[in-house]
Amino acid sequence: MTNSWTDIKNTDLVVVMGGNAAEAHPCGFKWVTEAKANRGAKLIVVDPRFTRTASVADVYAPIRQGTDIAFLLGVINHCMQTDKVQWDYVRAFTNAAYVVKEGFAYQDGLFTGYDESRRDYNRSTWDYEIGPDGYAVVDETLQNPRCVWNLLKQHVATYTPEMVERICGTPKDKFVQIARMIAECASPTRTMTSMYALGWTQHSKGSQNIRAMAMLQLILGNIGVRGGGMNALRGHSNIQGLTDIGLMSNLIPGYLTIPTEREPSFDAYMATRGFKPLRPGQMSYWQNYRKFFVSFQKAMWGEAATADNAFAYDWLPKLDVPAYDVLRAFELMHQGKMNGYFCQGFNPLLSFPNRKKITTALSKLKFLVVMDPLQTETARFWENHGANNDVSPAAIQTEVIELPTTCFAEDEGSLVNSGRWLQWHWAGGTPPGEAKHDTWIMAQIHLRLKELYRKEGGPVPEPIVNLDWRYKDPNEPSPEELAKELNGYTTADLTDPNDPTKVVIAKGKQVPGFAVLRDDGSTACGCWIYSGSFTEAGNQMARRDTTDPDETGAYSKWAWSWPANRRILYNRASADRSGKPWDPSRKLLEWDGTKWTGYDVPDIAPTAKPEEVGPFIMNPEGVSRLFTRGMMRDGPFPVHYEPFESPVVNVVAPKVRGNPVARVFRNDMEQFGDAKEFPYAATSYRLTEHFHFWTKHAHANAVLQPEFFVEISEQLAKEKGIKPGGTVRVWSKRGSVTAKAVVTKRIRPLVCDGKTVHIVGIPLHWGFTGAARKGFGPNSLTPFVGDANIETPEYKAFLVDIEPVAGPVA
Amino acid sequence: MFPPLPNPSTAPGPARFGDKDLIRRSASTVTPPAQRQTEVAKLIDVSKCIGCKACQSACLEWNDQHEEVGVNTGVYDNPHDLTPASWTLMRFTEWVNPETQNLEWLIRKDGCMHCEDPGCLKACPAPGAIVQYSNGIVDFVKENCIGCGYCVKGCPFNIPRISRVDEKAYKCSLCSDRVAVGQGPACAKACPTQAIVFGTKEEMKKHADGRITDLKSRGYKNAGLYDPPGVGGTHVMYVLHHADKPEIYAGLPNNPKISPLVELWKGVAKYAGFAAIGALAVGSVLHRLVAGRSEVSREDETNAQRLAREEETKERASP
Amino acid sequence: MRRDEIVEGDALHPGDPVVIDRYSTAARFNHWMTAASLVLLALSGLALFHPALYFLTGLFGGGSNTRAIHPWIGLFLFLGYMGLFFRFWKVNLWTPTDGTWLKKLHVFLIGHEEDMPEVGRYNFAQKAVFWWMGILIMISIASGLVIWEQYFAAYTTVDQKRWAVLIHSVAAIVMICIVIVHVYGALWARGTMTAMIKGRVTGGWAWRHHRKWLRELAADPKANRGTATPAE
Repeated sequence: MTNSWTDIKNTDLVVVMGGNAAEAHPCGFKWVTEAKANRGAKLIVVDPRFTRTASVADVYAPIRQGTDIAFLLGVINHCMQTDKVQWDYVRAFTNAAYVVKEGFAYQDGLFTGYDESRRDYNRSTWDYEIGPDGYAVVDETLQNPRCVWNLLKQHVATYTPEMVERICGTPKDKFVQIARMIAECASPTRTMTSMYALGWTQHSKGSQNIRAMAMLQLILGNIGVRGGGMNALRGHSNIQGLTDIGLMSNLIPGYLTIPTEREPSFDAYMATRGFKPLRPGQMSYWQNYRKFFVSFQKAMWGEAATADNAFAYDWLPKLDVPAYDVLRAFELMHQGKMNGYFCQGFNPLLSFPNRKKITTALSKLKFLVVMDPLQTETARFWENHGANNDVSPAAIQTEVIELPTTCFAEDEGSLVNSGRWLQWHWAGGTPPGEAKHDTWIMAQIHLRLKELYRKEGGPVPEPIVNLDWRYKDPNEPSPEELAKELNGYTTADLTDPNDPTKVVIAKGKQVPGFAVLRDDGSTACGCWIYSGSFTEAGNQMARRDTTDPDETGAYSKWAWSWPANRRILYNRASADRSGKPWDPSRKLLEWDGTKWTGYDVPDIAPTAKPEEVGPFIMNPEGVSRLFTRGMMRDGPFPVHYEPFESPVVNVVAPKVRGNPVARVFRNDMEQFGDAKEFPYAATSYRLTEHFHFWTKHAHANAVLQPEFFVEISEQLAKEKGIKPGGTVRVWSKRGSVTAKAVVTKRIRPLVCDGKTVHIVGIPLHWGFTGAARKGFGPNSLTPFVGDANIETPEYKAFLVDIEPVAGPVA
Repeated sequence: MFPPLPNPSTAPGPARFGDKDLIRRSASTVTPPAQRQTEVAKLIDVSKCIGCKACQSACLEWNDQHEEVGVNTGVYDNPHDLTPASWTLMRFTEWVNPETQNLEWLIRKDGCMHCEDPGCLKACPAPGAIVQYSNGIVDFVKENCIGCGYCVKGCPFNIPRISRVDEKAYKCSLCSDRVAVGQGPACAKACPTQAIVFGTKEEMKKHADGRITDLKSRGYKNAGLYDPPGVGGTHVMYVLHHADKPEIYAGLPNNPKISPLVELWKGVAKYAGFAAIGALAVGSVLHRLVAGRSEVSREDETNAQRLAREEETKERASP
Repeated sequence: MRRDEIVEGDALHPGDPVVIDRYSTAARFNHWMTAASLVLLALSGLALFHPALYFLTGLFGGGSNTRAIHPWIGLFLFLGYMGLFFRFWKVNLWTPTDGTWLKKLHVFLIGHEEDMPEVGRYNFAQKAVFWWMGILIMISIASGLVIWEQYFAAYTTVDQKRWAVLIHSVAAIVMICIVIVHVYGALWARGTMTAMIKGRVTGGWAWRHHRKWLRELAADPKANRGTATPAE
């Protein structure tokens, strides 16, 4: 989230699209009801299904899954055509005026530089014209036909309301009604918030779904303001923390990146991470990258990381592929190239697409270690559960080792919520049976490995044997120690750069924030964005002060928000170019002539002059991007691409299947179905009664939603002779499931480009362990393909067929 | 935000209400307390409810109930009805508004309404099995319940359920145990959107007014409060977008009243019955006094003997 | 030979007085079982009908037990009555005399039975008790099943249950009234009780109250045991 849950109460318009906040985030949704009840805010829901969020919405419009970009570009088009643009914001705070290089173009769904054989672009033309002064060329008058604004205008012109209806199946009048409501928020005194979740990410163009809305929000001037923002509703209570501390194969904590094999030296690595400002006077905060990186290395290897060994740069792994994401991991497993797997807090057998492939892959492993508080399906993948897990245990040789862990209520630590708040929690109970904290287990494995390396040597033992392990009890690092390490500390006295005799912070102290981190090895910091969370003043995450001056919704003394306890990112943009709040009634920051004051920690140097320094300090431009240059693999502007399995042909790019640069492994392409064989558009989702595959282990939740079902329209039910509560078989090219049928008015067939598209909804909470009835997950059906940028699997749009079958589910 | 009730002290203290505050007790007469406690109420704002069933879960947990894991029958309602363990239930209705042609998914939390004039209590034959406190809470007292099911017949909302395990009646207690220590009901505590709030009845009515104004501004011209006068008002009230048609909310009764059959049974029938029995008893005594007894006389015996003999003789005569 | 009014086991023993076997042991047992059921049902039912009588639940071991036992006694009553029904239904059929008898009911009530038409084994009032009890027992059983919460709650709607409970109550009240009349009648007409206690009545009793029956008995060679020893 750019903003926070509590800030949603400040909005005038909530758009829930690509998510189902009421159902999947009911507790956070209270802030929507607050905005509605107290501000008269309106709620718009756009979804293939009439969800529980829709049940409390002011306006609901149906949309075919996988067509959000067309809808959003349609709204952008509407705003541009009707001049509903917050012009002062767009001119001052976006790259609308930046001139794009000659040679960049877009045609028939593809941008310049596409190489079909590599399924990738040469992105060299996707950038600004650089002037003789070394800065990007800007045309403040927006007259230049090659400036971003004009290119965008041209790009979105295709997406007329009629086109939106053709692609999305959204009735034109509903679309226009919604576009008008959204366009009203171009006013500086009206804000809109976008709440989205996996309904946008789980597509082969998930990142671009989000970009499209981000662009719209920028055009309306809704980023950095109270009640605005791009608010990703994270799917697990600590999934934000997972990405923050870099639990991705291509990241290290704080969104720093793992080196690639093309960067053999630290200098080569840093060469592409200089982030020279693209406009004069801009902060381009990533210029501090080196400080964060060196401090991270010091946290990892302590005294073994020195200037002489380039702070142990060599000990970091170097990626030979863009990422070892889960899809690639299972592809490698499937090929027999990966033969051991540690599965910690994950249930791949139900979570990853194409379950048949997952089962085969797990069956090829030599060993599988499952660390989980629950009996997961993955740990039991080798067990025969009739139709629900039809495998032959005798044929599977994988050795499975289960290490029972504690659940969140049985240990201490912090959880990072969607609003980037690090909230400390304490154990509410003692671990049952043999369950151990994950930290204990990891420490045991580490200490034993270290011992083995010490005794036996082996290739590159240094990263392991030198790993800094300064914990009071090496067998079990305490949550506080780990939190302190993430915050960072000084490894030497920090002196004033202007007066080397003056010690600013003595050696061995917790750092107060990332601003003091240095690149000379005198600071260590596990995760720079968490710097400030556990300072000499104590554990800031454990703060429980609910005061909120003037009820802005900031709650700045409750827990701690990264970065620097900032509650709204880009908050400088809440004030106009001169530093006056756009909406005085919703003031966040204000320039008082010498510094920034207000309710939040300024997201800019506190004394940075408003007319000189742009609000988007992480960008070298100092402004936000309507045109993303070469930052995304699939284009600087979003384009409507159909899902890989789509019931219709892409009307704006008929020759393109799916996202043209999404990675597809060779054998998986053959496993895509087409609309002739599989006529119905399926989508998967959560229900409020359950959390993923966890709560089916809890009796009360099992009572509230006991049995696997699929949802279909009354029309499809009639067509196929399916009775409400009857049993159906649903199958795709990759697998088949049986389920109860919920026949509902909440799903209606859509007409897309003259063709009736029936939707089949498949919730995801059932498996073969737990208290609920045995069932299936949608991953038995879903395709093995992910988003072009971050490889999130395409769970939200795929094709199936359905038929009624006799008898109860086995 | 409706201000949530502050957490009560963890130190034990006296209950805020108890037997001295009873205003009604089933099959008994009580002397109502001189001063009635402030009436409490739970307000369920159907327009704010997102159907998450947190209330159901909280109810099961707080009351330590074990519900069976059921099946899916093609709807979201689980369990499919109130049960002795599930004292509250989300009922889902898909309703197409004939005026706008828009689908509306009406989700109503069903459960005891805590009527001011409780039909269950009226019907109950077991002294003290159902009580009503002066704050409006209608509570079932398990120890006194005999499991006859009369409360089921008395209730205009079809709420009480009889357990097949212990043959006792169960329903929402409005968390009288929590209210007694200054807490609100568990469902209200668990509700993430404040669709369920709890306070004094006056506060709830005022809060409802604000909600109704908001709903009217959104085009729900018939938005209103459900506090049916037919049962003297209730201590669980609904804010409905379509208060003119409560029946579309999974059959919420329009103008509920204690059934006239129950009124007849517990009223006229009771008195008329005793009157009839009494009248006959008295009538018999009077008859005895006036008409005396019907005696068999010696003559009767003689006549019988003669008859027997005559017939026997006839018998013998005929071969 | 007419045997319209005679039931298997009825026998006349001449002597002084004439003794008539009116009810066999089985019939008496059947009757008293039915009567006991009715009394227990009335007590347990009234206990739940009016709070003032709730104390009666003490007889059955408390409210829950009263609630649990009552319907089972009801079934017992049903069986009992069925026994009586099959035993006596024929002699309770309508005859033209019953109409005449009813027209002169006032005469009967003031004790001038000698002015009444001759009746068979049962007079109109007794037949009315027989049939009304039958109807009311059937109604009570049917309505009782509807409100037998423990086993049959699921089969009817609440509104049907409300009708049932009302009907059940009214039927029960009427039955209690009938029983009162029945018992009073038995006490009022001296010599009647022995019929149900010892099984016998005197010839005079039969002459006075059921002369038609007596005539048939006397005329029947099987029933009229002549000078043989009276049954003892």
